[in-house]
Amino acid sequence: MPNRQRPPHERSQPASPRFRAPSALTWVVVVGFAAFFIQGIIASDISVDRLMRGANNLVRFVGQAVPPDFTRMPNIADAMLETMNIAIVGVTFGCLFSIPLAILAARNTAPTMLVRTIARFVISVARTIPDLIWALIFVVTVGLGPLAGILAIIMDTIGFAARFYSERFEEVQKGPAEALTATGAGRLSVIFGAILPESFASITATSLFSVEKAIRSAVTLGLVGAGGIGVELSTAMRLFRYDQAAAIILVILVVVIGFEQLSSMIRKRII
Amino acid sequence: MIHAIEADRLVVSYGNLQVLRGISFTVPAGQGVVLLGANGCGKSTLMRSLNGLEKLQSGTIRIHGDTLSGAGRRDLRKIRQSMGYVFQHFNLVPQLNAFQNVLLGSLGRQRFGLLSCLSLTASAADRAKAMHCLDRVGMADRALHRPSELSGGQQQRVAIARMLMQDPRVVIADEPIASLDPKAGREVLDLLWRIVTEEKLSMLCTLHQLELAQEYGDRVLGMKAGRVEIDAPIAETDTAQLNALYTGMTRVDAQPTEAAA
Repeated sequence: MPNRQRPPHERSQPASPRFRAPSALTWVVVVGFAAFFIQGIIASDISVDRLMRGANNLVRFVGQAVPPDFTRMPNIADAMLETMNIAIVGVTFGCLFSIPLAILAARNTAPTMLVRTIARFVISVARTIPDLIWALIFVVTVGLGPLAGILAIIMDTIGFAARFYSERFEEVQKGPAEALTATGAGRLSVIFGAILPESFASITATSLFSVEKAIRSAVTLGLVGAGGIGVELSTAMRLFRYDQAAAIILVILVVVIGFEQLSSMIRKRII
Repeated sequence: MIHAIEADRLVVSYGNLQVLRGISFTVPAGQGVVLLGANGCGKSTLMRSLNGLEKLQSGTIRIHGDTLSGAGRRDLRKIRQSMGYVFQHFNLVPQLNAFQNVLLGSLGRQRFGLLSCLSLTASAADRAKAMHCLDRVGMADRALHRPSELSGGQQQRVAIARMLMQDPRVVIADEPIASLDPKAGREVLDLLWRIVTEEKLSMLCTLHQLELAQEYGDRVLGMKAGRVEIDAPIAETDTAQLNALYTGMTRVDAQPTEAAA
């Protein structure tokens, strides 16, 4: 998931007491935003003429893509399987690593402030770097192929799941954990006896979201050579075999939608 | 003689607000003491500090002669093991069934912590003991129910079973029946007091009902605005004296003007 940029009006909102005239700040932000926006339109050279040509090309692309060419279906299926392997293996390790990291990062479970700061830093690095860039990094370090994809998914999952796990830990009601502390239990026993069981439903839901997310990003990871169906797709596109590309896109569509349906079904059951 | 609880000039503050203002009292072994006081007079803070859940600013607490204030982690855990705690809101783990919640009561004394307290891994002796504890509070037939499937009174019974599982020598009960209706409350209090008597435990219990305090307690401790106002055998106090605990400046955060109004 790309990092959501906060819209500028939200950024100016904390009616910052430091600024005597918040309206002036708003003014600056609005003008700055408008200037950036106009400059962006000019720089990207948007014109009616280009849009018209683009529409023509789109029609031609669709014309060549229909009917989709499924003759390479065995290869496509293989690649799709690899994509799913990358996603499942990556997300499983990612979620497993996320739990200890989240424990170190949550206010009520972290051993010390220093450890908490470090853990939160690791998580936010994992989150801020987009999955494709992780894939590029791992393609360089471990070479082309699914391993790079798996490592990229692990990092991406940690950035997402560890953060939500730790937020859930912080929301857990204090009482049960306090009751176990009062029996003379050690820290870890309290965490695993009271805090984890209470967060369990939410952890499962978050993990399922991570699976959906991982399948979607595993599809694109192939574009930078990290294995899976993306490799097939980029090859087909580069060879102008739009009918083959259409077949691949259809397969991706079916698998991703199928997975999302399955996971939302499970989520409804547990929550 | 070694007292079950010995508190000497306890002071606890939250920021600038002094909540406990030099509290001293003792609970002799085997005695059931009722702690009375209006809301906000510092009762809960006192109870929590007796278990080391709240940090003392000054003063000393001794539990069976062991100093709790300033104890290291290991010593603190050992003292906590000997002290059962019953909470107003039961504080059972909502996702676990009654049996598992009771098993967790033995967490403190297990060498491998949680690993030897799970229903799956607990020793046969511990499992039998947990069932026995549930049986004593009359909840053996509800062992596999989750807290959400039990009434408030039943949840508090399970919490008492968890306390029993812990094998404590002294019990702290922080408003154990305040969230229950009068009938369930009386039943739970009956049960709690009976168990404490049978096991020859010492207990410090906060209550809000004067008539229950007079009926059950051996001694009464009355708190007002962070100080001990009454410390006497229950027979030597009268209702007017107890009622005075609830009038005037009772809260630790009360402003003089507010109290006058």
